[in-house]
Amino acid sequence: MDQARKTISGHCRVDAVGKVFGSADSGPEIVLKNCSFEVPAGSLTVLLGPSGCGKSTLVQLVAGYDTPTLGNVTLDGVSVTGPGTDRIVVFQETALFPWMTLLDNVAYGPIQMGIPRREAESEASALLRDVGLKAFEDRYPSQISGGMQRRAEVARALIARPKLMLLDEPFRGLDHMSRGLMQEYYLKLFDQHQTTTLFVTSEIDEAIFLADRLVILSYKPTTVQTVIDVPLPRPRDFQMLTSSVYGQIKEQALDLLYNEALKAFDQPAIPANGGVRGTA
Amino acid sequence: MAVTGSDEREVALLKAFNEKQRGRASRIAYNAGFWYALTGVVGFLLLWHITTDVLTLPRFNFLPTPLDIFTEWTSTEPKYGVSLFTPIYYEHILVSVRRVMLAFFIAVAAGVPLGILLGWSRTFYNFVFPIVELLRPIPPLAWVPFAVLILPGVEASVVLVTLLAAFFATVLNTLLGVWSINDDYFRAAHCLGYRRIDVLTRIIIPGAMPFVFTGLQIAMGVAWFSLVGGEMIAGRSGLGFLIFDAYMQVALPNIVIGMITLGVLGYLSSAAIRRVGSWLMAWQEKGRAGQ
Repeated sequence: MDQARKTISGHCRVDAVGKVFGSADSGPEIVLKNCSFEVPAGSLTVLLGPSGCGKSTLVQLVAGYDTPTLGNVTLDGVSVTGPGTDRIVVFQETALFPWMTLLDNVAYGPIQMGIPRREAESEASALLRDVGLKAFEDRYPSQISGGMQRRAEVARALIARPKLMLLDEPFRGLDHMSRGLMQEYYLKLFDQHQTTTLFVTSEIDEAIFLADRLVILSYKPTTVQTVIDVPLPRPRDFQMLTSSVYGQIKEQALDLLYNEALKAFDQPAIPANGGVRGTA
Repeated sequence: MAVTGSDEREVALLKAFNEKQRGRASRIAYNAGFWYALTGVVGFLLLWHITTDVLTLPRFNFLPTPLDIFTEWTSTEPKYGVSLFTPIYYEHILVSVRRVMLAFFIAVAAGVPLGILLGWSRTFYNFVFPIVELLRPIPPLAWVPFAVLILPGVEASVVLVTLLAAFFATVLNTLLGVWSINDDYFRAAHCLGYRRIDVLTRIIIPGAMPFVFTGLQIAMGVAWFSLVGGEMIAGRSGLGFLIFDAYMQVALPNIVIGMITLGVLGYLSSAAIRRVGSWLMAWQEKGRAGQ
């Protein structure tokens, strides 16, 4: 079983993808203009961009819930045409089934794929232990906290052994401390499972701390501004947040993101002379 | 969960907590809930008594007093022939309950699957929903003449009239229930490799359940009132007939006895549905009640 996991797959290629939304009333809106990047097999690639820049749209396209207007997405060389079990999305809002216990949520996927219940449950149980939820496996999602729900959801995704995991701002809405802990938990799981991952966030620190490579997006209409490799060694710990490599990357990313984030506020960049915003 | 603390302070805390819990449990169960309800009922009876017996307001003097009803209801030799001690009373109840139950179960057995199918398949919805929406607004009582002429025997037509409104309430709420399910659940199920049948049994049915049970409560309510209408017009037995018959004979106490009996039966059947619903949907309960 672990043998299978070591044959790392999940090389995802997003090739000149553009996406236009809109209806007859509102007119077309170009959300993604031209996005090309790769998620190397076995890597943790982070999509970093200002909020509202179409990161979630990209995730939807890679997941196959929607199709690009132009360009295409491939996974291990095969074109993505719809949703499939080789890609799993962990959503911003929890998508744990509220009517199942945590154990059922995690175990039921494998069970209905034909794995005997006992086996599926013991694996689910082990995964829940890995994410620190052993004591809560008989609870329903509404009975645990938001952070716990996210962890359970990551466990549910991992048990399905996808080629590619898509995490769309999974830690959004958690307080600072929980977020930090979640990142550590998550990295431990990543190091253990080595599932190719595309992780979406708008938090720079989170992005650099987790990533093998950063794909930095512009604001709408979105393009890839740059791809930065993060040479920090694994396993990572929070002391690396003070290293000089980290500092350099953060500076570079901040530079790129700041101007894009401003666009989201629909105002021009503040001039270098620190000028007072004039009133006309 | 651990019941004993690891030091004195924790032991004391848990003890205090348990005492408070116990105190609160008993206060809520008896004081708040039961006594308020009892006060309300007594107050209502008192108002009834005052308006009919003490003040004898115009028109009210014609009404039986609560005491009249009580004496009649519990009399072994009732003036108007119906009391707790006459078999005929229970025959009417039995007939009505049997009709409602039959109608309710047919309505649910047909309505829930239809509602799920409507929510499940867009094509089916496009075909069938317009017909449902055309038939739904027809008041159940408008069906009575049609039902009596078409169906063999009174029994079948009363049951048909009783189940129609219940059926539509069930269909509509089940459909809304399926629509209310968050798209992310379907997406997640798809990613996790759920087959179509698993999506139906593990996502759609439990996901629609809260709305379905709201629908069942409404269905039970409308079943009772359609039943009484049907029995008044076409019936030869049942509580609706009892009330109508009492009206023809100007036996006011029997009308009121019939009404109160319907109220009690309606309340009990709704409560039973709520009970089953909250048992089936334990996952909805918030808080750390598990274990």
